[in-house]
Amino acid sequence: MTEKLVIIGNGMAPGRMLEHLFEQAPGRYAVTIFNAEPRVNYDRIMLSPVLSGEKSYEEIVIHGDRWYVDNAVTLYKGHRIIAIDPVAKTVTSDHGVTEGYDRLVIATGSVPFIIPVPGNNLPGVLTYRDLDDVHAMLLAAQSRAKAVVIGGGLLGLEAAAGLNARGMDVTVLHVMPTLMERQLDPAAGYLLQKAVEERGIKVITKANTQAIIGDPRVEGVALADGSVVPASLVVMAVGIRPNAALARDAGLAVNRGIVVDDAMRTSDPDILAIGECAEVGGQVYGLVAPLYEMARVAASRLAGDDTAAFVHADTPTKLKVTGIDLFSLGDFADGDDRQEIVLRDASAGVYKRLVLKDNRIIGTVLYGETADGAWFNDLKKKQTDISEMRDTLIFGQAYQGGAPLDPMAAVAALPDDAEICGCNGVCKGKITGAIAGKGLTSLDDVRAHTKASASCGSCTGLVEQLMVLTLGDSYNPAAVQPMCSCTSLGHDDVRRLIKAKGLKTIPAVMQELEWKTSCGCAKCRPALNYYLVCDWPDEYADDYQSRFVNERVHANIQKDGTYSVVPRMWGGMTSARELRAIADVVDKFAIPAVKVTGGQRIDMLGIRKEDLPAVWADLGAAGFVSGHAYAKGLRTVKTCVGSDWCRFGTQDSTGLGIRIEKFMWGSWTPAKVKMAVSGCPRNCAEATCKDVGVICVDSGFEIHFAGAAGLDIKGTEVLGLVRTEDEALEVIVALTQMYREQARYHERIYKWAKRVGIAEIKRQTLDDRERRRGYFDRFVFSQRFAQVDPWSERVSGKDKHEFKPMATVGYAAAAE
Amino acid sequence: MTWFAIGSMKDIPRRGARCVQTPQGRIAVFRTADDQIFAIEDQCPHKGGPLSQGLVHGAAVTCPLHNWVISLETGKALGADEGAVRTIPVNVEGERLFIALDAIADKAA
Repeated sequence: MTEKLVIIGNGMAPGRMLEHLFEQAPGRYAVTIFNAEPRVNYDRIMLSPVLSGEKSYEEIVIHGDRWYVDNAVTLYKGHRIIAIDPVAKTVTSDHGVTEGYDRLVIATGSVPFIIPVPGNNLPGVLTYRDLDDVHAMLLAAQSRAKAVVIGGGLLGLEAAAGLNARGMDVTVLHVMPTLMERQLDPAAGYLLQKAVEERGIKVITKANTQAIIGDPRVEGVALADGSVVPASLVVMAVGIRPNAALARDAGLAVNRGIVVDDAMRTSDPDILAIGECAEVGGQVYGLVAPLYEMARVAASRLAGDDTAAFVHADTPTKLKVTGIDLFSLGDFADGDDRQEIVLRDASAGVYKRLVLKDNRIIGTVLYGETADGAWFNDLKKKQTDISEMRDTLIFGQAYQGGAPLDPMAAVAALPDDAEICGCNGVCKGKITGAIAGKGLTSLDDVRAHTKASASCGSCTGLVEQLMVLTLGDSYNPAAVQPMCSCTSLGHDDVRRLIKAKGLKTIPAVMQELEWKTSCGCAKCRPALNYYLVCDWPDEYADDYQSRFVNERVHANIQKDGTYSVVPRMWGGMTSARELRAIADVVDKFAIPAVKVTGGQRIDMLGIRKEDLPAVWADLGAAGFVSGHAYAKGLRTVKTCVGSDWCRFGTQDSTGLGIRIEKFMWGSWTPAKVKMAVSGCPRNCAEATCKDVGVICVDSGFEIHFAGAAGLDIKGTEVLGLVRTEDEALEVIVALTQMYREQARYHERIYKWAKRVGIAEIKRQTLDDRERRRGYFDRFVFSQRFAQVDPWSERVSGKDKHEFKPMATVGYAAAAE
Repeated sequence: MTWFAIGSMKDIPRRGARCVQTPQGRIAVFRTADDQIFAIEDQCPHKGGPLSQGLVHGAAVTCPLHNWVISLETGKALGADEGAVRTIPVNVEGERLFIALDAIADKAA
């Protein structure tokens, strides 16, 4: 006699299960399906192409009505099961149909996660789960108005691409810093964002949705930063959760999903669960491959095979957006026992990363070129030892087996008319001809004469190989010191390329300049952060985690882990009120040491990190701001008392010093900048060993720079004499800005000046009025974003986490 | 060995660290760019610098005092330097973080 098999849900997993079952045990079961959706089984993965218009619903149907008839399956369309009675072994639908079963399969899938914010139930707010959602979106898209997709994961991006293809103006809001962060590392996430944006879809990362607003229907999404993104359609695609409510009500074991063993059996042996609603081995799944595996196991078990068991396997992720190729698989986190092989080809938009452990692939991220994904997946699955092909592994399967190419021989073999520099259209013959004909010996010479590798620089390696070929051993290519071991580029090249290519984030720099590591190191990250702050003051978001601790907590770390705090004393001037406030703070926080610094201010040492915000709050109440004694930025402007008091004073040196300090505080520079203004040539403020100094004379202001009084001792160079205070300020600011734009990170002014030449700096910041003004204006612009007192920001709660321990544990347990 | 809940993954910035006070001293808990969590003693083997204040890159941290680079996985100094800090077992359950401490109760009691 046939047994009665009832299935709740008619998605892809039960569909596949039935195909297997009818093959393995034809006629064994009388099958009844209850489908809450009023339709047959269709390919849910292909909803995105339906949304974008590349496919129609009819094309994605898996089993048409005919299939159900042929296999004698009773399909209740539009029937939602509302109760399971495991004792009586029946299920009941919302239309009142009750059906008995011998075996029951629950395949209720998942429900979209609705973020709990006000307005999430307004008309115009949709999820993206089934064909009804797609129809609702298509209807909304006819307006060609603005849409917001919340969620920058697989589903969200596909929804965004689909709506964009239908003519809507789409913005994607993603709460994390990079898209698809679960499947992609930040570099690939960056490339993806670029590609998405190139299609005209706006992407806002770190976007924290606060509320969905509108009355009576949706009008926009309000973010935590106070901004509002207007939209007449909001699609929530932030994730799914297993739909396990029915099973829970029936008393089955439910954790995140319906708990099943590797035979797909729930806690009731006559009830199986498969698909997104099932939790096996502590995991729930959302990609189709493991769901089909569940279907296979369940079918075999129903057919009487007691050996079939579910085994976890990593599933590759692919994005179904036409024109964007990405592939991710396995575990691609960094680790000590792991090595990575990275290939970046910026011009072709390709990024590949393999993570290896014990000479075996454990993770793969491919972007732009995914043809080898299957091969890498295969190597990973089989745990193939790749040490033999390690050097060529990342180039893919096609490169294996052949003789390794000698890059030099390959360049030598190129014909004379082969293009070397794509940006400037320079061929091989022109470069070799120039090297031989003009006697060029350095890369800079070749760039100057031929323009080859002078734009994006990505052909620099080829040009250097041509130089070696033409000049032989007399050419030494290792003249440029790389920034760090993460790159072969020097600081100057990196700075030039940031500007030339318009790179505005650290991941962008690392991708476009083909960084060899995935997240940089303690040397390059602070440098890149500075270069970006300097070059894009209004657009770049400072990367807090790439700053040295002192610049992160705005105090100076000491050898015992405590901090010292130095408030600003403008031009070294102070007052009874300020000193009293400092004395009170020292008493209140029992600060162990107080010292007068060389820069004419007061240092309080030995403050515990937890106390910093409270110390700043008290100092701030007395009018103090941060002295930036910790910063690669403007530190102090030391002054003498000048014409106010001194019988030799020629100008108001104190006033000028204060004016400079008030104008320039808060600016970040490649290395620290210390200044001084002396009121006469007796030079009591010691201006002639500073980064920038002023000596006041009767006829005006003598501007000095490039002094040093640290590791090196060096008197200043004279930049020139100016007549007025205004002019003095403009020249000093222009000089500082030129230094900010050109110097290498950690390079003090005197070292930079030696490299660039005193005469050149003088020409650009003193003689050439127009250039000087340009530097001045750029500095002023940048100050609009830099002159914020970091202490008061933190007193008001910024970076709160930095100053408190995350937890205190162990003490209470001991007391119990 | 006892497991203690110390908070949520979200409490720690990516490529950053937070401290946990325990009777055995301060422990630094790190979150890498790709959301791996590590816990080590918050004391550089070189001169005792607070590693939690360092710059995090890959699965390593650079000490703020003298730039030693410490592996978060093994606790060992990388490069030419030699030394190690204790690593503390971490368990991540969804967003929630736990660390395991040895026989703390005995020690503190």
